[in-house]
Amino acid sequence: MPIEFTIPGPLRPLAAGRGRVRLETSPSTVAEALEALWSLHPGLKDRVLTEEGHIRTHVNLFVDADNVRDLSGLATPLPAACEIAILPAISGGKDELKIDD
Amino acid sequence: MVKSTTIPTKENDVVLLVGTMKGLFLFRSNGARKRWDVGGPYFPGRSVYGVGYDGREGRHRIWAAPASMHFGAELCSSDDFGRHWDEPKNPRIRFPETAGASLANIWQIASGPPEEPDTLYCGVQPAALFESRDAGETWALNENLWNHPHRTRWQPGGGGLCLHTILADPAGRGRLTVAVSAAGVYRSDDGGHTWSSRNSGVRAEFLPDKHPEFGQCVHKIVQHPSRPDRLFLQNHWGLYRSDNGGDTWKDIAHGVPSDFGFCMAMHPADPDTVFILPIESDGFRCVPEAKLRVYKTTDAGRSWKPMTRGLPQKNAFETVLRDAMGTDSLDPAGVYFGTRSGKVYGSRDAGRTWDLLREGLPPVVAVKAAVVARSARARRPGRRAA
Repeated sequence: MPIEFTIPGPLRPLAAGRGRVRLETSPSTVAEALEALWSLHPGLKDRVLTEEGHIRTHVNLFVDADNVRDLSGLATPLPAACEIAILPAISGGKDELKIDD
Repeated sequence: MVKSTTIPTKENDVVLLVGTMKGLFLFRSNGARKRWDVGGPYFPGRSVYGVGYDGREGRHRIWAAPASMHFGAELCSSDDFGRHWDEPKNPRIRFPETAGASLANIWQIASGPPEEPDTLYCGVQPAALFESRDAGETWALNENLWNHPHRTRWQPGGGGLCLHTILADPAGRGRLTVAVSAAGVYRSDDGGHTWSSRNSGVRAEFLPDKHPEFGQCVHKIVQHPSRPDRLFLQNHWGLYRSDNGGDTWKDIAHGVPSDFGFCMAMHPADPDTVFILPIESDGFRCVPEAKLRVYKTTDAGRSWKPMTRGLPQKNAFETVLRDAMGTDSLDPAGVYFGTRSGKVYGSRDAGRTWDLLREGLPPVVAVKAAVVARSARARRPGRRAA
């Protein structure tokens, strides 16, 4: 089984409407897998990562069942075959968009 | 699933762009402004702080800045009043890698000076100014303000460290005035190349030094095009006027129940007339005495009078945020504001009487009014006309 991304509904318009994107390459880390994903669907990049290259506060990346925040982040090594899920967090997170002025 | 509705709009209609915490709504009326149709929500589920209408050069372009808590903020446009939206795959506004910052929100979308009909500005969080010289196709960070030596010492206000007010000079002098919470007022006299703070006379109640060079929590500034050197300022505690483009500020809080507040709106035809909506305090951010009152000065802040007819005068625990008040350009002037409780009020007689235009909206964070410009072939620079 190769490496396959699952794309959440709000981002599918940026992935040609697809909910799953299979990579033809064999990346060794999450960062490399994401680079391969951006090459296929560049519009996804800025929705998943900040300009500084961090995973957005309210976005989670799971390698199979494990959140990469609990592993080695973008440097998390990948097995030869796995599923990488991009999922909106249930949130909380840090207060970037408060309503009060 | 929520379905967005669109409303037919024609020349000379009045349009309100109402940004909320859960999407954008468009209100439309004819010049009588008695009956309002409401379209939207556009971008449901996303907050929309930044809204703007560009009617220059024959355009009928609405700008909106939906921000997803999950996937970030972006800048979108519509040339047909919401029927279709241009949501670019790659965000128009993003910090360059060298900035070491990431866009959190777009707070303000403003037009450039009259002699630059293709210039637009955006004020963003973290506090920075972005500029477009091609009617919004491409954008660039104003590096000079970003690299200002004060910037690393700016502190965020309650809503975050944001650049929320942009005033281009209507007199063609290349002057640009911006306001940042909480840093204060900054002005450039050379089209954005150099910047200096302009906070002399403005208090910072929350600092040991009440009159620092910068660090004030300015909430809003307004300016009338016929008197470009006169500015009015609603501060985090304090109400001010400047008659010299912000070089110095005078306290004008005479006869208001509180000098705390967020929003401020300029009369379209009278440079002496300004509308505000005082809030009790930063500890209790509701209108004083639970009475919803717009205060109006017609003498440049020497005196203020409450405008209450049609507004609830008891049990109104309302808050109106910094960009949630606007005026149209008709005579008599229309004045509009939206509350955090999702109500939108309007006056079609310069504040004398008020109507509840709509309630039950998500919390309102932005209200801008525009009169639909005369039709002409809209164009985007760099694109061949269809």
